[in-house]
Amino acid sequence: MTWFASPSEAVTRLRQTGYLSDDAIATSVFLAGVLQKPLLAEGPAGVGKTQLAKAIAEATGSDLVRLQCYEGLDEARALYEWNYKKQLLRIQADDDAWDDIFAEEFLLERPLLKAIRSDRPTVLLIDETDKADVEVEGLLLEILSDFQVTIPELGTITAARRPFVVLTSNATRELSEALKRRCLYLHLDYPTPERERDIVLAQVPGIAETVAEQLARTAATLRALELKKSPSIAETVDWAHTLLALGREVLDERTVAETLGVVLKHHSDQQRAAKELGLR
Amino acid sequence: MIDRHIGFVHALRETGLPVSLAEGLDAAHALRHIDLADRRTLREAYAATLVKRPQHREGFDVLFDLWFPSTTQGPPKHRDDDPEDLRSELAELLRGDPAAPEFSAFAQAMVERFGRVQAGPGRQSWFSYPVIRALSPQTLIAGLLGERGGLPEKLARRRVTTNIAAFEAEVAADVRRRIAEEQGRERITRSAVRPPIDRRDFLRVTKAELAEMRREIHPLARRLATRLSMKHKKGDRGRLDFRRTVRASLQSGGVPLITHLKPRRPHKPELVVLTDASDSVAGFAQFTLLLTFALREQFTKVRAFAFVDTVDEITKYFAPGADVLDAITRMTTEADISRFGRTDYGHVLKTFEERHASVLTPKTSLLILGDARSNYQPPNTETLKRLTEKVRHAYWLNPEPRNQWDTGDSVASGYAAVIPMHECRNVHQLAAFIEDVV
Ligand SMILES: Nc1ncnc2c1ncn2[C@@H]1O[C@H](COP(=O)(O)OP(=O)(O)OP(=O)(O)O)[C@@H](O)[C@H]1O
Ligand SMILES: [Mg+2]
Repeated sequence: MTWFASPSEAVTRLRQTGYLSDDAIATSVFLAGVLQKPLLAEGPAGVGKTQLAKAIAEATGSDLVRLQCYEGLDEARALYEWNYKKQLLRIQADDDAWDDIFAEEFLLERPLLKAIRSDRPTVLLIDETDKADVEVEGLLLEILSDFQVTIPELGTITAARRPFVVLTSNATRELSEALKRRCLYLHLDYPTPERERDIVLAQVPGIAETVAEQLARTAATLRALELKKSPSIAETVDWAHTLLALGREVLDERTVAETLGVVLKHHSDQQRAAKELGLR
Repeated sequence: MIDRHIGFVHALRETGLPVSLAEGLDAAHALRHIDLADRRTLREAYAATLVKRPQHREGFDVLFDLWFPSTTQGPPKHRDDDPEDLRSELAELLRGDPAAPEFSAFAQAMVERFGRVQAGPGRQSWFSYPVIRALSPQTLIAGLLGERGGLPEKLARRRVTTNIAAFEAEVAADVRRRIAEEQGRERITRSAVRPPIDRRDFLRVTKAELAEMRREIHPLARRLATRLSMKHKKGDRGRLDFRRTVRASLQSGGVPLITHLKPRRPHKPELVVLTDASDSVAGFAQFTLLLTFALREQFTKVRAFAFVDTVDEITKYFAPGADVLDAITRMTTEADISRFGRTDYGHVLKTFEERHASVLTPKTSLLILGDARSNYQPPNTETLKRLTEKVRHAYWLNPEPRNQWDTGDSVASGYAAVIPMHECRNVHQLAAFIEDVV
């Protein structure tokens, strides 16, 4: 399957879903499709990593299968598991059922297996990979290299069509070199004010262009303050929604002071910003 | 193209970017699918396949510009306008979008006009500084701010200074391109690429670099906290939650098919940090103070101490929720850490033992951060030994290169005999310490 015909086609089709790309996003997404390699999107919270996978699925009319990673995630939750309870009940009901209980109907399919077995075009989102334990990376490496799974009782299952794989990470820890080598890499960072203005305009219909511009510039200024938690794109977008709801047409000091809580969640960050921006 | 591809990958490796064989092949495959004349796509195709860490991107871009110089714009127009007119033109550009093609075209024309300098008898070369001096963009700022005071000025100032930095970067890139053109790419490759931020020496960082490094701190603090608590956790895989297991077994006729374990309670370690805050380690001290601050969010009990020739507790300045830069300022003015201003480790250790030894318990990890340069005062190694015996783990991080330990007034090895001492010159080594040692 061809996912995208060219980087510029990726731009257009992602754009139609409301997702704004740039050279790096468009090129890496296009290449992940043609080279059939997983795409690792890494960057701070709220810069559109998860949204990118969703946009790819929507733009290509694919299913989205999501594996949310967390500490303690294991093979049974990520790949498959036998439904012991159901197996036991079957054996209790019928003593001769021993040969039947390792069959499809007792298999609990988890996201990785689901993405591999699907015969529909599928985007597999492995979200927040850095939250999972290091051992999970071994499992991912195995699966992402040949897209097949061996279930001893059922045999080897090979992907009929390879899913488009997007891994995301907040870089709370370094992912292993081996995993990184296997992936194409996309560093998603806070956007330039020009791009963020366009994202706000795309995500918040009805917002005035001048306000979007001021929001983007203010967000950039806030990020330069080295706060505990810099505002993300998601928060700039929320901010725009708030201003729209309040019917504010300009982002002046008073408005910023009143709505700063939407973008800055820590009290000390708010105080610092108020001081540095000369609010009050 | 093949030759250039190979040369480029080779140059990347030479400047310290770890490109594996497989990644080099990935890049070559990628080239088959893109329009090679589209330079922006070419750049990103290489980046996606070869650059797997954001810290390596800056050096990558410098090399890319040298190996794949832009050819579309042709030779820059020769500009012999009056410098004042050129400054007005620059001012106009600084109001706009630095990604616009006019922006880089102007930078190139300015290098052409001002950048050529006599570099020795009969030798000319290209430089950035005469270009920047002729146009002095910094003096344009005041005129570009528009409405003075308050938020509008803040936003305008940020925009103008970012754009000036972008202009200076364009000038520097064009200077490198010209040098490469005249003297060969290989010549400039090594000098053009600075080591990535995580390899730059703490003891020689600039203010701007320090700001960049700060961004690495929170992930490091989080990792250090996880490592220290994991050490404790090993072998304690959570006990059986008897009640939940029995309750679940009711659904399967009393057979406990599913066992429930009590969630492991992560052990919150206690940490005592002792930081050298003297001028000889200023860059390092700033970094470690920020690290200490970040650690407070991760550990239940962090006690922080700073010293020059005497030692004081600084924990209170770093209360959670406090502003970190304020905290450092308050600490330097309020805390009692300096009498005569010359580092004296021996005296510091002695004072620490007398006044604060009670913070060290068998549950504590002790982290000492400093260069072990003690101005030829007695080192009091015995005291340090006693301190390390009170705690669970003790480590010393030294920001000096190992080959300078024991030179001059350094007493590094003496201390290293009683506490594991690690060279910690840059963020990379700090990360490695956390990963491998702790
Ligand atoms: N390029 C973009 N185009 C349009 N909207 C965007 C873009 N980038 C981010 N957004 C907006 O930001 C929101 C947050 O993005 P998302 O949840 O994908 O962030 P994330 O990087 O996955 O964050 P986290 O690390 O917290 O999971 C999106 O819902 C969308 O509104
Ligand atoms: Mg996400």
